[in-house]
Amino acid sequence: MTLESRREAVEQLAAEAAQFQRLTEKPLSQWRLALRRFRERKSGMIGLGIIVALILVAIFAPLIAPFGPNDVLVGEQEGIRPRDPPCVHIFGCADDKPQHILGLDANVRDEFSRVIFASRVSLTLGFFTVTIALVVGSALGAIAGFVGGWIDNIIMRIMDVVLGFPSLLLAIAIVAVLGPGLRNALIAIAIVTLPGYARVMRAQVLAVKEADYVAASVALGAAPRQILMRRIIPNALTPLVVLATLGVATAILEAAGLSFLGLGAQPPLAEWGSMLANERNTVFTAPHLVFFPGLAIMITVLGFNLMGDGLRDALDPTLNR
Amino acid sequence: MLGFIVRRTLLAIPVLLGIVVVVFLLIRAIPGDPCTSLLGERATEEACERFNEAKGLNEPVPVQLGIYMADVVTFDLGDSVRFSRPVNQLLIERLPLTIELALSALLIATLVGIPLGIAAARRHNTFVDTATMAFANVGVSMPVFWLGLMLAYLFALVLKDTPFALPPSGRLSAGLFSEPYYEVWGWTFQEGSLWAKFHEFVANHVIFNTFITGQWDVWWDAIQHMILPSVALATIPLAIIARITRSALLETMGKDYIRTARAKGAAEAQVVRRHALRNSLLPVVTIVGLQLGLLLGGAVLTETVFNLAGVGRALFDAITGRDYAVVQGFTVVIAAGYVIVNLLVDLSYAYLDPRIRVE
Repeated sequence: MTLESRREAVEQLAAEAAQFQRLTEKPLSQWRLALRRFRERKSGMIGLGIIVALILVAIFAPLIAPFGPNDVLVGEQEGIRPRDPPCVHIFGCADDKPQHILGLDANVRDEFSRVIFASRVSLTLGFFTVTIALVVGSALGAIAGFVGGWIDNIIMRIMDVVLGFPSLLLAIAIVAVLGPGLRNALIAIAIVTLPGYARVMRAQVLAVKEADYVAASVALGAAPRQILMRRIIPNALTPLVVLATLGVATAILEAAGLSFLGLGAQPPLAEWGSMLANERNTVFTAPHLVFFPGLAIMITVLGFNLMGDGLRDALDPTLNR
Repeated sequence: MLGFIVRRTLLAIPVLLGIVVVVFLLIRAIPGDPCTSLLGERATEEACERFNEAKGLNEPVPVQLGIYMADVVTFDLGDSVRFSRPVNQLLIERLPLTIELALSALLIATLVGIPLGIAAARRHNTFVDTATMAFANVGVSMPVFWLGLMLAYLFALVLKDTPFALPPSGRLSAGLFSEPYYEVWGWTFQEGSLWAKFHEFVANHVIFNTFITGQWDVWWDAIQHMILPSVALATIPLAIIARITRSALLETMGKDYIRTARAKGAAEAQVVRRHALRNSLLPVVTIVGLQLGLLLGGAVLTETVFNLAGVGRALFDAITGRDYAVVQGFTVVIAAGYVIVNLLVDLSYAYLDPRIRVE
């Protein structure tokens, strides 16, 4: 036996031993298994890391940011002008100039502080939008799937019409009706993303409705509402969790788009999309005012996308090895 | 097959009608009336009365809806109150740009996305795979308008005096003009006829028009102007297409018939091309079709960033300026295009997968 093949044999034995050990372990619950699978995926963990870091930044924004988001620094500091490029002392910026690591904006406010504080706006908006869309959408989907008949038909045809529009255009139209502003942008995005949740929930309900344990509940005389709430919805939640996580990413991106068009956050509120929009005509002279807010949007959206992908892999039982 | 086409086509009609009604009602729910928003300080009561009379805004809403539906069916989309021109004419001028923009973006996304996805799947769990997927994840997370501005900064300013310099805005450089093919070839039509309008519409596809008439300098200029917007617009669809192609191909590669093909000694490239790829294309085609809605939404942002006079930007201006007719007309046309593309996607299933045809 060569050394090479001997090593292979040993490795195979070790693998078999590990397999055996896994079989003798206490059986794991679905959620524990999902958690383990989630931890194994690098991308999901990176996403989670980004999100946790962002939430911490949002909570501790006043401690991290050197200035308030709307502090106008003109007159407070010497030698600064609007739209000054970033000045970082350790990167060779003259020591007598005040340090602003992401530069100053058109109103002589510290761009870094504004970017930091804006994380609060985007995260809150993302969570609220998805919560509304998730609750309303899955309620509609559950009713449609559970009741069936003409109610199902009406609800789902309305959803089809909403899906018939390019989502950003419909959101623009809704905001035009409600009036520009962050709250209305939130409602608009919730409405245009609602059909996704309704469709998934309906499909899940239809699938779960046929399961034996639901038939058992019916046979035992449970009330329809009880069956829906206790038996069907908990079992339909898995794909919705994934959809909701990815939905936060979409919501933040679309809200930034609306703000970019002047329909979302209004000045002087620090919000990435509108900060970027205000400076889009000066991109050639002050690129830092466009670059950093956009980068912040990208990192945030990336975090939720990665986390959503990781969750999808982890919660998909067909991937269970 | 014919039955399938007819059935699918009929199913699209209620959705289209629903869209027309929703748009109609939504527009009328916008606070403020077009008269005051348009005439501003001159909006006296009498002036508004005459204005509303002229624009048919005095009728009850259901009557307005009925009239509008009848008009839509006959392709009469009304007049824009802001531009005092028929909506048809605005569409003829602006739609071609958006079509060219969306098609170039879709072309880039497909031509780059599918090979990337294939490369990642064939070298599963290698550096190529990881890098492609990292790129795809970053790609779907980028705001279109940000990418557009950054591309404009990079190619119009940083690379200004290099061969890679590209124009950051507009459709053609100043002084250049795309001469319509019917003028080049000396065709004449009856003034204002539908046929003349159709040719005007076709000729407004600048890249296409300059290509068929051989106006190469204008053609090249138009292409250069189109590169940055379409790359910006293509990024998200590209990333999505690459991801879907990869996962679809990976799934197919695990099937028994792939093992069989390998077992009979087919070369790996042949296994992928002949056996795996066609069977993986179904989800990819769906996704490519679905990207159109995303592209049209993105077109509003892209056209804003690159100062392009397309339908996206026009629609945005019309919504915020309460130009009822333009919003209705444009939205109906866009939604119709969207529904038709989804229809084509469904029909292409039948081509790609004979099992659907038999059903």
